[in-house]
Amino acid sequence: MAESGAGTAAQAGERESRNGGDPRDLGADAFGRPSLLRRFFDEVQNRLTADLDDRDPDFIRENLSLSWLIASIWFRGEVRGMERIPEEGPVLLVGNHSGGTVTPDTIVFTLAFNTYFGVERPFYQLAHNLVLTSPVGPYLRRFGTVAASHENARKALDAGAAVLVYPGGDWEVNRPSWEANRIDFAGRSGFVKLALDAGVQIVPVVSIGGQETAIFLTHGERLAKLLRLDRLLRLKTLPVNLSLPWVVNVGDFLGHLPLPAKITVQVMEPIDLRERYGPNPSREQVYADITSLMQDQLTELAAERRLPIVG
Amino acid sequence: MRIEQKVTVDAPRRLVWDYVTEPANYPVFIEGLTRWDVAGDKHTGLGARYRMLIRVGAADVGGLIEIVEWQPEGDMAWSSVTGVDQRGRWRLRELGDGRTRVNFRFAYGVAGGGIPGLIAERVAAPSLSRRFRLSLLNLKRAVEEQAVAASA
Repeated sequence: MAESGAGTAAQAGERESRNGGDPRDLGADAFGRPSLLRRFFDEVQNRLTADLDDRDPDFIRENLSLSWLIASIWFRGEVRGMERIPEEGPVLLVGNHSGGTVTPDTIVFTLAFNTYFGVERPFYQLAHNLVLTSPVGPYLRRFGTVAASHENARKALDAGAAVLVYPGGDWEVNRPSWEANRIDFAGRSGFVKLALDAGVQIVPVVSIGGQETAIFLTHGERLAKLLRLDRLLRLKTLPVNLSLPWVVNVGDFLGHLPLPAKITVQVMEPIDLRERYGPNPSREQVYADITSLMQDQLTELAAERRLPIVG
Repeated sequence: MRIEQKVTVDAPRRLVWDYVTEPANYPVFIEGLTRWDVAGDKHTGLGARYRMLIRVGAADVGGLIEIVEWQPEGDMAWSSVTGVDQRGRWRLRELGDGRTRVNFRFAYGVAGGGIPGLIAERVAAPSLSRRFRLSLLNLKRAVEEQAVAASA
């Protein structure tokens, strides 16, 4: 941990240097203090930079009870196959993602990982920038959530941690309810490159139930275009769902109260890419194979499910 | 939170002691236990460590535990090293007619868990209590079968 502590100081210095350090860069008030704008940008920058030391095992441990209550009572979570995850060392956990901006699969799986391996095992989750800059961002960072980027993930894997990535991310969580049982990574194959670069195994993690926590209607691509959000705010989608308490929820920016759908998570066998595909695997081939394997697993989980929400 | 279960076993204390101190038996007779692996070189006795997990609600909960008390054919107690705070104790007492009184105590919680921690402990209690009751019945059945086999 001492080494990590040294890392923090170095990273803080690095950040300061990258941000310019000098408050005059973005303006200062009459007393030479950084301006509000400067402080805002600094805060955003800080939240998006992966400082692995922000993960706080004691904090996680003390908050597991709340996660356990939510996962056990509200979502009746069931996680199978945790023993398939290598006992130690870096590993890339690749999951499908559901539930709009409130993603129960993350709550259930993060709890399962932390209780199964103990909070002592370093475990990071990659999340969209919007999540980390939101008010819950600082809370999540202590849980080990870092902004989704190749650099951040590499940093965590190189440090020997387990990393959870949802390649479909913000796209997949808003897929319409009638596509609930479909793996949709939208062609994002960066996770394959990440696993190859870092030389780590991939463990697919397939969950079901998250897309039953609301009625998801559309990604809202046309709506975003119609409202010119793509030009004004660079928003290519504006998802729409029917959920509590808003009823019609456009954008899902404030989240929603998820319906108590049963969440089942299945951990699959680890895949060593070079062992299976040779020294130079084709990224497209690996992507196609892994998404296909995960689709088969999701279809199997869907076949087990008798009723929506009830499970 | 503390749970206590008792059972009377129609077998000598030594047989019960041998059964509850053998780590390989735990996944067999403890209901809901998903793991009870020896961690380290010591198989049993004071200082032996085990990595244990028990399914509670949505998660496998447990951690690394260590045997902290060892009075042969009497008491064996463990305490958590990592994971959820826990203490467990087997307390065996001879009843004089070849039978053995078995007490199992299990205390658990999360220091610093606050109100959610207190609620979680209470929510988990009925399910854990039921499992330990069944586990003691499993123990009774297994040891009594051994006793019959030994006397035959």
